Amino acid sequence: MSGLLAGKRLLITGVITDQSIAYSTAKIAQEQGATVLLTGYGRLSLVERVAKRLPNEAPIIELDATDPEHLERLADAVREHVDSIDGVVHSIAFAPQSCLGGGFMDAPWEDVATALHVSTYSLKALTAACLPLMAPGGSIVGLTFDASQAWPAYDWMGVAKAGLESSARYLARELGPKGIRVNLVAAGPLRTIAAKSIRGFGYFEDAWAQRSPLGWDLTDQVPTAKAVIALLSEWFPATTGEILHVDGGFHAVGG
Amino acid sequence: MTREEITAGLAEILEEVAGVSPDDVAEDKSFTDDLDVDSLSMVEVVVAAEEKFGVKIPDNEVQNLKLVGDAVTYIVSANATV
Repeated sequence: MSGLLAGKRLLITGVITDQSIAYSTAKIAQEQGATVLLTGYGRLSLVERVAKRLPNEAPIIELDATDPEHLERLADAVREHVDSIDGVVHSIAFAPQSCLGGGFMDAPWEDVATALHVSTYSLKALTAACLPLMAPGGSIVGLTFDASQAWPAYDWMGVAKAGLESSARYLARELGPKGIRVNLVAAGPLRTIAAKSIRGFGYFEDAWAQRSPLGWDLTDQVPTAKAVIALLSEWFPATTGEILHVDGGFHAVGG
Repeated sequence: MTREEITAGLAEILEEVAGVSPDDVAEDKSFTDDLDVDSLSMVEVVVAAEEKFGVKIPDNEVQNLKLVGDAVTYIVSANATV
């Protein structure tokens, strides 16, 4: 099979509906010749239904990225399907309602800690769990939302994303000598199930419509997924610790 | 497919996805208020209904589906245009 990812074996987290960025990534990865394994969290029955819509069958491994036992079992669970992997997609984030939508000054530490555990620390945890399966040339790609400034409503998730961005740079430093790249894609706002739970998401929809030089389609996950695919491929062999913006150019221009 | 058949099909899905008793499912029942279907379960109900009835239920329609009857009406009209 030919394609940008021909012969690659990928572990993709974060599919929950067919609007998930991870779903589009898995679909395009398969179209580009990759073998895809998914992880599912929480409603596995929903992940299974959604996975059936992919071009090819994809096994689903249960993974709570904050559960040390799940992480410890991950490599063996992957080996039941493939003996090694070439790429990992981290598309995992969660914050309790108190952490989003204007509650920055009131969110309790326990809730903030949950947001950081799921959304920030999980990149390191997932990477460490996958390392025994990876060889030089491997690529790890995560998803962020530009954390270089403070946004309305995004609150502690913005802090978590800032930590994620820093974590990716530290992982790039740690894994560079092993020949493994770690990069992030900073997507513009997309109407995923995660976005729907953010009170005040409308601000981003309006801001992107007004400011992005290229315009921005809130319902099109494909540009973001394609960037993830490109970073997983062999076409960014000397790029690590990078944040690639897929935001219609929003970040580059003044408001 | 009649409204009754679609309601019965939705009842099967609701039982499987959210553990709702089929006896509780009727056209005048609200998914969230009467049947206690949470938002993620509703997402799965929609995905399952799309497969079962061969229709596409876009996101901007889902928010209008408050009652079981709303979903039945949508599926009837979507089937009619296939």
